[in-house]
Amino acid sequence: MTQWIDACATADVDEEDLIRFDHAGRTYAIYHSPEGEFFATAGKCTHEEVHLCDGLVMGHLIECPKHNGQFDYRTGEAMRAPVCVNLKTYPVRVEGGRVMLQVE
Amino acid sequence: MSERNYSLLGPDGARAVETGLAAAEWYHTEVPRKVMKELMGRSDGPAIRDTIVLYGCMILFAGLGIWLWPSLWSAPFWLAYGVLYGSASDSRWHECGHGTAFKTPWMNNAVYQIASFMIMRNAATWRWSHARHHTDTYIVGRDPEIAVMRPPEFAKLILNFFGILDVLKFFPTLIQNALTGPTKDERTFVPESEWPKVRRVAQVHLAIYLATIALALWMGSILPLMVIGLPRLYGAWHHVMTGLLQHGGLADNVIDHRLNSRTVLMNRVSRFIYWNMNYHVEHHMFPMVPYHALPRLHETIKHDLPAPNRSIAEGFRQMWPALRRQLRNEDYFLKRELPATAKPYREDFHTAALGAAE
Ligand code: FES
Repeated sequence: MTQWIDACATADVDEEDLIRFDHAGRTYAIYHSPEGEFFATAGKCTHEEVHLCDGLVMGHLIECPKHNGQFDYRTGEAMRAPVCVNLKTYPVRVEGGRVMLQVE
Repeated sequence: MSERNYSLLGPDGARAVETGLAAAEWYHTEVPRKVMKELMGRSDGPAIRDTIVLYGCMILFAGLGIWLWPSLWSAPFWLAYGVLYGSASDSRWHECGHGTAFKTPWMNNAVYQIASFMIMRNAATWRWSHARHHTDTYIVGRDPEIAVMRPPEFAKLILNFFGILDVLKFFPTLIQNALTGPTKDERTFVPESEWPKVRRVAQVHLAIYLATIALALWMGSILPLMVIGLPRLYGAWHHVMTGLLQHGGLADNVIDHRLNSRTVLMNRVSRFIYWNMNYHVEHHMFPMVPYHALPRLHETIKHDLPAPNRSIAEGFRQMWPALRRQLRNEDYFLKRELPATAKPYREDFHTAALGAAE
């Protein structure tokens, strides 16, 4: 079953940056793109169990802080070794200054 | 712990996985996100400048070496060319492998491929071995890039100042890679999807070496090999000298880079050749920070790190006796004092290792 949950305020995530968001024992990453849009992915890299929240957002890429693997956070696509497995993405909507995340 | 088994397929590696020492969460100095973002920021400018200087000097020195060949007057130019070929390529391989040297991906990749060839590393294999080195730095049986195994074998260390063992190991592996892909050990860290790439890269490298040897035979001179191949031997000393200092004589099987890595302040020429990897604790703690920002990162976190060595000579004066003591006691390592401003080492995490320090 899917549900929408309130993840954070839009102002909590700087433009071209991300934050970590934990909910019901799972960890997510919420992104604010340079165009002002919001996106969400799984919070940990698919290469090893490393939180992406300490990584670097460059345009539409998130670079993992451990081995510099990169994903396109809009689609989750793995873009640079050593990541080979895509990142799970989650639908996001913005309502009244809040970022809402659809999770299973 | 007594005798160490460094095989990636051996019991020490299996034990590290069992006990959670492998793929563990490592200690990090706290740095405000805003500061860290600024330090991680990418740009092309510094690496383009350095690459023009590097390749420009290589062309100049090799040109003068060829011009003066075979007179002895060519020797200084070969020595200078050799260090850039056989040592600066190590740091270019390293930084571009991380993808942090340039902002533009194709530039990182182009310099990475050229550097991998010069330093005699398979560009596809070593990306993965280095990822493992960062996950499991100096974890015995897990890290494929441990430069000084215990007990240290000094004869081997000295031979490697001239790249001899590296090169002797490289060619059989190159041929095997070109024929059948990664070796059995390499298959433990290279994902299967990359195996064809390992083979292709090896075939290209092998073809270049065969063409160079053919040219040398045709000319009846080793001159082509002075330009391609041999500088990996006669110019290796600088990267071995700086590389030994990275972790030599320090702890293994710990999860705090302040215990197993060394920062050494160096002269400008060595820092150019080494691309600032002398800030080695900083690099391991924050591999996202490009080489040109490491001096700033050092200033930001030095309150939490052991004092750096002030020169290469001082680093060796500290490391060499520690390596010699490891001949008698494999468990011995140098445990450096932290400043009063630092967060202490987590003794509870490292009881097995810290017990042996003095
Ligand atoms: S853990 Fe993310 S790239 Fe390795």
